[in-house]
Amino acid sequence: MKTGYFGKYGGRYVPETLIPALEELDAAFKALKADAGFQTQLRKLNAEYIGRPTPLFFAEKLTSQLSGARVYLKREDLAHTGAHKINNAIGQALMAKQMGKQRLIAETGAGQHGVATATAAALFGLECEIYMGAIDAKRQALNVFRMKLLGARVTEVHAGSQTLKDAINEALRDWTSNVSTTHYVLGTVFGPHPYPTIVREFQSIIGKEAKRQILKAEGRLPDYLIACVGGGSNAMGLFHAFLTDKRAGNIKYIGVEAGGEGIDSGRHAARFAGGSMGVLQGTKSYLLQDDDGNVLGTHSVSAGLDYASVGPEHAWLHDINAVKYTYATDTEALGAFETLARTEGIIPALESSHAVAEALKIVPGLPKSSIVIVNLSGRGDKDVEQVANMQSASV
Amino acid sequence: MTHSAITERFIKIKKADNGKKAFIPYIMAGEPSLSSTAVIVQELEEMGADIVELGVPFSDPVADGPTIQHAAMSALSRGVTLRKVIDMVKSIRQKSTIPIVLMTYFNPVLKFGLNNFIGAALSSGVDGIIIPDLPPDEETDFIASCHKAGPDTIFLLAPTSTDKRIDLVCHQSRGFIYYVSLTGITGSAISIDDSLKAQIEKIRSNSNKPVAVGFGVKTSDEAARVAAIADGVIVGSAIVKAIEEGRESFRALVKSLRAAI
Repeated sequence: MKTGYFGKYGGRYVPETLIPALEELDAAFKALKADAGFQTQLRKLNAEYIGRPTPLFFAEKLTSQLSGARVYLKREDLAHTGAHKINNAIGQALMAKQMGKQRLIAETGAGQHGVATATAAALFGLECEIYMGAIDAKRQALNVFRMKLLGARVTEVHAGSQTLKDAINEALRDWTSNVSTTHYVLGTVFGPHPYPTIVREFQSIIGKEAKRQILKAEGRLPDYLIACVGGGSNAMGLFHAFLTDKRAGNIKYIGVEAGGEGIDSGRHAARFAGGSMGVLQGTKSYLLQDDDGNVLGTHSVSAGLDYASVGPEHAWLHDINAVKYTYATDTEALGAFETLARTEGIIPALESSHAVAEALKIVPGLPKSSIVIVNLSGRGDKDVEQVANMQSASV
Repeated sequence: MTHSAITERFIKIKKADNGKKAFIPYIMAGEPSLSSTAVIVQELEEMGADIVELGVPFSDPVADGPTIQHAAMSALSRGVTLRKVIDMVKSIRQKSTIPIVLMTYFNPVLKFGLNNFIGAALSSGVDGIIIPDLPPDEETDFIASCHKAGPDTIFLLAPTSTDKRIDLVCHQSRGFIYYVSLTGITGSAISIDDSLKAQIEKIRSNSNKPVAVGFGVKTSDEAARVAAIADGVIVGSAIVKAIEEGRESFRALVKSLRAAI
């Protein structure tokens, strides 16, 4: 495969100004991946700062209620700052520090990646600016405050749809203007090469741990892996170590996109259900677009899945049938949000609730001996106010 | 060997040997309307523009600053598409032979169909294309097809470009090489200094293709200083803004720029 490509997807579709920075980043990444000192530092931060390994929790009550497969939850919600995003932010910030950059910028949708980047910037003493769509900033006001508390500047983006897509545009423009001093901490397995590979590398710890943990708990590999897919970093993080393991040939992988108000409504972010090949923000992948190649608006109850395209490796895994992509609607996700809260005492992020919703659908139909791992990519504290408002309840 | 219309224009300017350089205004197609764009192109030609760069609106213009973003959103809201812009070029061609370059992001071209696009562009009289998010090492089959029959593929270089990138871009560009004067997006503040001159000289030592400078040139004074060191000057955001302000502003700016370049 051509470097930077996953089948026909991927690439580096960016203005020429950024090409040298991407080449520099690629070289630094390759060098640091093989650098024992860097890896030791990263391991130490993973253990002592992020709190890894995160537990693999056997959801006993949910298992007995669904009366099908045995359900395990990979508890990324217990990582520092409350989501898997910190794995990548710490890794990239450490790289940026080594590369001599003084400033970090990032886009954020739900706010989790913004919080994670602001956290890493505080830890390493770097300047930090976070771009966030104005609509997202409103629906995730608490995360905006958290970022400011961590010393980051939060810039609301009023262009376009005022969501994640527009925040990425603005972050790319900032990076184009400040490329010599600034590292762009892209938050998902998206964007120009080498980002999809870098982010996958830092997130792949999720699957490496889960594999070790399930072998210890059950003495064998799982039958199903389920994760939600916005850009797709938590899913790649969980899947990668299994996809590359020759013993793991029988595992079924399921990526769950945001079905919003249903595919027919047009108000969704299910790229594989309604998209086609396109190029956006540096990469070729599946894209929700109109007949003239302009990017369509998306909708999801969860800001983190509300995005018109998807990581290029997912596009490739979709086309070669290695991963099955499906979707959960807003209603199904909200149902799963409540179910998990009541059954296991765990409030999942609305993003992760999409993965839980898929488990609720398929687990009852599976043999009791089978094993399912759901990636609980983040915790739902950030969503409580929104859900309360939707239910018109007062908290 | 026959030259493209763009190359012919640069040869003509050089032959005239009167100190004038190529004046390349950029306008957003369909802003304020498609029919007015055709009129504006004609006015630009009458006022002495050498090549016209026509922006195609796109929903996510990552290389553009606020002025061109705003113009793009406004054009999109009125239903301007790549297809309509190509059709408009065809109608302009009935009256005018001024070289026309489309500046479009890659996705609309991909969605149009790469071969269909080449066919439609050529039959309508599009002379060149600038695709700011398509560096010359992507979509090499598409670029090779353009090299066979046209349109000219104009690639960009920037202050950050390494020797290797300069080689590649010089090799793959047709018509001219677009030098981005600043590390940033369209409409930012330019600084015309020794490093700009040095970069242009470096490009020239790699290639005998003309070098036009754009991004950030707003005033006739800036235009004159850039014209002194480059083969052409591209002015975008300032003209788009002047069109927004009205016909008088637009004509006054174009007149002063033409005099300066």
